[in-house]
Amino acid sequence: MSPSSSIAAEPGAVPVPDEHHDHHPNYLVDGTTLKSWLLTLDHKRIGVMYLIWVLLFFFIGGIYALIVRLELLTPGPTIIDAMTYNRAFTMHGVVMIFLFMIPAIPGAFGNFMLPLMLGAKDVAFPKLNLLSLYLLLTGAFIAIWGMINGGMDTGWTFYTPYSTHTTTTVAPILFGAFIIGFSSIATGLNFIVTTHTMRAPGITWFKMPLFVWAMYATACIQVLATPVLGLVLLLVVGEHLFHFGIFDPALGGDPVLFQHLFWFYSHPAVYIMVLPSFGVMSEVVATFSRKNIFGYRAVAFSSLGIAFVGFFAWGHHMFVSGQSTFNAGVFAVLTMLVGVFTAIKVFNWVGTVYKGAVDFKTPFAYFCGFLYFTVFGGMTGVAFATASLDVPWHDTYFVVAHFHFIMVGATIMAFMASLHYWFPKMFGKMYHEGWGLVSAALIILGFNATFIPQFLLGNAGMPRRYYEYPERFQALNVASTAGASLLAFGFLISAIYLTHALVFGRRAASNPWRSRGYEWMTESPPPTHNFVGPQPTYPEEPHFYVDPKKAEVPDAV
Amino acid sequence: MQSSSAVAGTAGAPPLPKLAHHFASLEVQNHAARLGMWLFLATEILLFAGLFVIYACYRFMFPEAFAEASRQLDLTMGTINTLVLITSSFTAAMAVHYAKEAKNKQVVVMFVLTILMAMGFLVIKYFEYAHKIHEGQLPGPHYTYPGIQLPGVAMYFTIYFLSTGLHAFHVIVGMIVLAWVTLKAMRNEFSYRNYTAVELGSMYWHLVDLVWIFLFPMLYLI
Amino acid sequence: MNELMNNILFLPERASTFAERVDNLHYFVIAVTMLSSLAVGTTAVYFFFRYRRRTPNQATEYVVPSVKTEFLFVSLPLVFFLTWFVIGFRDFVWVSTPPKDAMDVYVMGKQWMWKFSYPEGPNGVNVLHVPANRPVRLLITSRDVLHSFFVPSFRIKMDAVPGRYTQTWFEATKPGTYQILCTEYCGLSHSKMLGEVVVLSAEQWDAWVKEQRQGYLANRQDALADVSLVPHTARMAEQGQKVAAEVGCFKCHTVNGEPHIGPTFLGLYGKQETLQDGVSLRVDEAYITQSMMDPGAHLTAGFPNVMPTFQGKLTGPQTAAIVEYIKTLRTPDIRTGASSQGPVYEPIQ
Repeated sequence: MSPSSSIAAEPGAVPVPDEHHDHHPNYLVDGTTLKSWLLTLDHKRIGVMYLIWVLLFFFIGGIYALIVRLELLTPGPTIIDAMTYNRAFTMHGVVMIFLFMIPAIPGAFGNFMLPLMLGAKDVAFPKLNLLSLYLLLTGAFIAIWGMINGGMDTGWTFYTPYSTHTTTTVAPILFGAFIIGFSSIATGLNFIVTTHTMRAPGITWFKMPLFVWAMYATACIQVLATPVLGLVLLLVVGEHLFHFGIFDPALGGDPVLFQHLFWFYSHPAVYIMVLPSFGVMSEVVATFSRKNIFGYRAVAFSSLGIAFVGFFAWGHHMFVSGQSTFNAGVFAVLTMLVGVFTAIKVFNWVGTVYKGAVDFKTPFAYFCGFLYFTVFGGMTGVAFATASLDVPWHDTYFVVAHFHFIMVGATIMAFMASLHYWFPKMFGKMYHEGWGLVSAALIILGFNATFIPQFLLGNAGMPRRYYEYPERFQALNVASTAGASLLAFGFLISAIYLTHALVFGRRAASNPWRSRGYEWMTESPPPTHNFVGPQPTYPEEPHFYVDPKKAEVPDAV
Repeated sequence: MQSSSAVAGTAGAPPLPKLAHHFASLEVQNHAARLGMWLFLATEILLFAGLFVIYACYRFMFPEAFAEASRQLDLTMGTINTLVLITSSFTAAMAVHYAKEAKNKQVVVMFVLTILMAMGFLVIKYFEYAHKIHEGQLPGPHYTYPGIQLPGVAMYFTIYFLSTGLHAFHVIVGMIVLAWVTLKAMRNEFSYRNYTAVELGSMYWHLVDLVWIFLFPMLYLI
Repeated sequence: MNELMNNILFLPERASTFAERVDNLHYFVIAVTMLSSLAVGTTAVYFFFRYRRRTPNQATEYVVPSVKTEFLFVSLPLVFFLTWFVIGFRDFVWVSTPPKDAMDVYVMGKQWMWKFSYPEGPNGVNVLHVPANRPVRLLITSRDVLHSFFVPSFRIKMDAVPGRYTQTWFEATKPGTYQILCTEYCGLSHSKMLGEVVVLSAEQWDAWVKEQRQGYLANRQDALADVSLVPHTARMAEQGQKVAAEVGCFKCHTVNGEPHIGPTFLGLYGKQETLQDGVSLRVDEAYITQSMMDPGAHLTAGFPNVMPTFQGKLTGPQTAAIVEYIKTLRTPDIRTGASSQGPVYEPIQ
């Protein structure tokens, strides 16, 4: 392994731990049997396994997306019939949201980086961590079994009474999602306890890396919101099988009550999906601008603010469901607050680059895409929250474009950035930078080409979940499908060069980005227990790039 | 849950609990276990909260039906069940007290009492359910009770069975957890240095009791 | 200017008073979004160049934002967002509050068609006729699952919820035909659940209303967006009228309400009839069919037993067609015979 002498030579750098890594194998090679991986309690191995599985689920969800987009090339039937199409968009949503977006960054990168960033040797409950991986896989397999046995056609939001009356395979898929919910709760619980109890001495709350703040806020949402979804899933499965009548008007039930309970989880859920990506971006922008984050406390508190206010905004999905205007007003104004917290973050990220030292590497390229998509995705969200603009846009392609801007544009850019930023940390290898930039460009371009036409389709009035559509919408649909192909191609390229790097890539230094983030203060890949001996001490805050010979630091805000 | 796992000891002083390598000290380990359990209890509260919200909505929509239907419930059996559960919470709390004092035999006694009372709760519940099945007061389309002719009355019984059913499921889970901790107490594992498992099991049991304390007035008293 | 914006943004034409309000807020939001993103983007790109890394281990200054800066970061977006909330919420309340003189139309969404009816008028399937420049209130419900009634050109949308009525209103500003699309996934043919709003000028509207009141069958608004969705009965009824005339039903039965040799067909279907033996029953398809095949079996009180049997003279389809025809002969007041549990809706405050 290459020596970390470059860090030691830097002014203000943290000295490398004394013991030599020869006696402490890195986590990848410490135990080579299948059992040592399948029954591991090492958070890093669990993180790698999460990564492999969520990438597979992303691929499956992507196939469904391509099927949907191909079908939409012509106004009438193209390659599949209506029922298959209805199942395809449903499964695209279910797989992408429950099997990929919710577990991805927390499961893969949260698991790997959180203990490293806190100077801890593992998460608080390693066995629970392994269990949460297996719960995800169990739930995923049950759901996929349901998919293969026909799949359901209700849309991922499975509104009642349609979802309780449809004859498609609702029960296994929703039950699979129920099991996955437990995985999410377990991960969240683990992260909260880890953050509270396992910080190394000296790492106070306001000396934690911002990724940890973001993961903490995410974990709070996971723990508090997911049980309500669990209840709703159970009730809908029960109603589908036994016809209780809780949400069926024919039996006295109220379909709008379902919507309230569903969105009570599903709105905070979108913050489970996006907050980790905000955390990643804070790390990436600090490293690649070689600068402390601008307004650390503002960014930290805004994560908590988003998590908190996010619980009180669910009614903005129901402006046209027949609710009172009072309802609409309350939810509209609370949603605006979330927008303010996000704006704070955007300004602070740009402020971080001020007086920084920018090195435009692949993770930073993804940061640029992320910034642009967050601004537009976020602003369209605020536009929806005005309530009157929601009336023509609700359930049209404008919504589809908005949430893909955030979910793909912000979150998946962050996922790609994490993958590239932490690739040398996790695998000790380096990928080809040129190909990294090429695929980032293709992905960003492809994404724009896919989803900007969808904003326009929404303006024009094309509703979502339409198998056939009036002819006047065809041109924009064709444009969107072309973009989707480009996007898919971009992902394919990254898959190729990253896999190649995994096998044939050149050995990376321990800290190739010369980052002062705490996770970079160990070797890459780290040894099994992260630190040999007691927990380390980090004299400075994370991302402290000041020359010690310069004047003293003013107090942080 | 990474609770302290003690080595099975023979008669005599209870052994020191094992400290997991990633925790800074035993104190931190125990603190983490407790915090984890509190968070888990929070999730359970939110799970039941959903059912309370559903009840509130339908009560608002069908006030007479719900009031009338709630009068059909056997208040005596419900009150006995409440007293039984509250007492079982008391014995569970006593078990924690004894565990701290390394009186493992008393811990076993207390938990056995708790489990027996839980069984009593379930038996009474069984009688209540049997009566309802007999009367036809069943959820959804199986509702055939002719006694009350108000819209929305079937919904009451649907919610009744769902909430008490989910609660009974948690009672059973709690019994299993306490049985497992009782086995550990039989192996003489607990002392003031290590009573985390007893505390956590007891906390879970208190939650089960607490949910019933809210369910009882919601279903029986109003 | 508006034309240009509409073309760039792919917005459909504006055909209602609400559409103007929505589009104005839309332009405001989009203008601010574009300008602020340009500002942020330009600043960012400028920083990327101005502050590019010059040496690999370059140290940087420790920059801390002043409280004033953070306050600006918070207050600037907040001011805009709250302004938009005020405008948007005001417009939302406006579109949720129908004016007092609004004309009511009942809308029922059903897999996979829209049915319209006026309190004192005709019914329609998939086509809604309304006058221009008059507020129209829609009372919307669903027969089965959730649907949503959306007219892009009016910019209005409201869910159709089974088990209750929701309401919205609009005032169309120019005559024309505007598409209705279902905007809540409702199953297999969700994307085929299209309809049309036909907005008529004042004179055209009066003419249409008069036409509707005159005769039922000849002038039914059978214009349909998608003929294949029409319940077959519409054409069966016409056929039934022809067959009834051919086999001589009108010699003994009138269609204008006067009892003749036999009971009148007008208002017959659904009527609570008393038979000769005192039994009371509701006239349904079965009873009408039996009356044609075995007239003496259940004779209406007050009429002689002189009706011949048509068994063997009418084919099955012909009999059904006559039943369908009789079903269309309803009295002008469609509320007669309807159950006392009318729609549940709030009178306009």
